[in-house]
Amino acid sequence: MAPVLEIQNLTTNFYTEYGTVKAVDGVSYYVDEGEIIGLVGESGCGKSVSVLSAMQLIQTPGRIDSGRVLFKGEDILKYDSKGEKMSAIRGGKIAMIFQEPMTSLNPVLSICRQLTEALEIHLDMDIQSARDRAIELLHMVGLPEAARRIDDFPHQFSGGMRQRVMIAMALSCNPSVIIADEPTTAVDVTTQAQLLELMNDLVTRLHTSLIIVTHNLGVVARYVQRIYVMYAGRIVESGPAEEIFENPRHPYTIGLMRSVPRLGEKRGSRKLIPIDGMPPDLIFMPPTCAFLPRCTYKIERCREEPWPALRQVGEKHYTACFVDIGEKE
Amino acid sequence: MAEDLKKTGEPVEGDEAFIPPHHSEWRRIARVFVRRKISLIGLIIVIILIIMAIFADFIATHDPLKTDLRATLESPSTEHWLGTDNLGRDTYSRIIHGARTSLTIGVIAVTTSGIVGMAMGMSAAYFGGWVFAIIMRITDALMALPGLIIILLIAGLVGGGIAVVTFALAFGAIAPTCRMMCGQALHIKQNDYILAGKAMGMGSVRMMVMQIFPNAFAPLLVGMTMAMGMVVLAEAGLSYLGIGITPPTPSWGAMVNEGQAYILTQPLMSTVPGAFIMVMVFGFNMAGDGLRDAIDPTLRGAI
Repeated sequence: MAPVLEIQNLTTNFYTEYGTVKAVDGVSYYVDEGEIIGLVGESGCGKSVSVLSAMQLIQTPGRIDSGRVLFKGEDILKYDSKGEKMSAIRGGKIAMIFQEPMTSLNPVLSICRQLTEALEIHLDMDIQSARDRAIELLHMVGLPEAARRIDDFPHQFSGGMRQRVMIAMALSCNPSVIIADEPTTAVDVTTQAQLLELMNDLVTRLHTSLIIVTHNLGVVARYVQRIYVMYAGRIVESGPAEEIFENPRHPYTIGLMRSVPRLGEKRGSRKLIPIDGMPPDLIFMPPTCAFLPRCTYKIERCREEPWPALRQVGEKHYTACFVDIGEKE
Repeated sequence: MAEDLKKTGEPVEGDEAFIPPHHSEWRRIARVFVRRKISLIGLIIVIILIIMAIFADFIATHDPLKTDLRATLESPSTEHWLGTDNLGRDTYSRIIHGARTSLTIGVIAVTTSGIVGMAMGMSAAYFGGWVFAIIMRITDALMALPGLIIILLIAGLVGGGIAVVTFALAFGAIAPTCRMMCGQALHIKQNDYILAGKAMGMGSVRMMVMQIFPNAFAPLLVGMTMAMGMVVLAEAGLSYLGIGITPPTPSWGAMVNEGQAYILTQPLMSTVPGAFIMVMVFGFNMAGDGLRDAIDPTLRGAI
């Protein structure tokens, strides 16, 4: 089965006055139909930039310098970023959910107006049927009293409810892929779980692919089928979720897992260990592995050779590390 | 922990199920507006003046243009409530009709300059780059010339009259509106919902009309109501200087000018139209101020 969305060798640079920021450096990942994948990494590792690049939403001084973004086999990076074809993709075929539910909704437009907007753009619905569909969508995302609340304004909703509205907006045109950029970061922990459960439920039911971009490995663990771990603009490890959790093969992944609690884990069952140091400056990238200064597994070879390419270590499991980290770390 | 949570589709206990009470947005705006007495007074003044302008023919007791040389510079009487001017025209009727002149010029000048200025400012901010550079340089050039000079120039070249005055005033008001809109739009453009809108496939025009304009409108509306006061004042000033409304069309500014020669013998002839100019400007400013506080989404709940 061919992937619905495939990103190949994507490179996005930001040309600032201090130098070129290599935000995304030759990243490839894909998502199959109906699959949920996680794109994990800390702040500034390029995960958001990679998805925004795929949608051609990178603003100056950023520029997509190479790579392909194949949507159902067609390279959508070739489309004019302001053209009609790209507009039809955005929202219609690939929808996005953003991090901040508080600011991602327009404060002066009613929920109804914002929900029907996409329906009018992509599905050419008339006002009444768009409104009916909007109410149906709000029901779907579990908003109580949808019919009565639909004419309310964003400030009359709580953060979790607004994020539900955002999910409804993303689902409105039956997209093939939904990209959720840190969908639960801005809401509290109980709401996080509810929202993830909801998204999981809906995309499974509607057979939509979902890309969850997050810095919190623990949060997405239950829902994603495959995980891509990003560091300093590159994918450092990828593989099936279970495989990565049970048998992580990159020091950064191991560090990430030691530093965050997982949902469903017993409290105090293990100590959380932070990763020492800071992520590298993306302008002055070292020629060697970017994780080297923070790595606890480093060997002599790491200092001498350039950043290792991804190599296969298991079925569908890849890592960008020279060290063979054992089955049990 | 996650297992305990109910399945999706039904409301969940906890903070998320909390529904803030339903409020109608319009009712809230009306409440905030009415609560501020001074803005309510401003609004009432504006409404009275508008009614005066619309029904001038019924409210006025005399034909404002009809001269009567046997009854010049008369004091108030039951026949002429505010007396007559040096040509025997009824001052009261001229003031009523003067409201029509002022408001016509004000409304047309403010809306046209508003539409043009907003479109320019919004395009400059939204598209950026060379569009921004060109539009803003034009605006800078317009701003560099004092407004009065532009108006004097236009009025001096083409002569007076309602159409010319309206055009001149509208032209002068474009640059400030454009700047203000541009500043607003640049600020609004930074918001997440603009990116979200783009990710939803919104085109440029839709984005400007649907997303940016409604957010920028509140301060712009205030700017426009205040501009209304300014335009009325400018029209009065021009007419006072004799290059605005051509006689015999009744205009408050021109009336002040004509009346000042008789300020000692017949003070009402110039003071009453002067007071009306003041009241109208005050009314617009107060109403605009209240309106801003009522409809500005960012002040929601603060007042």
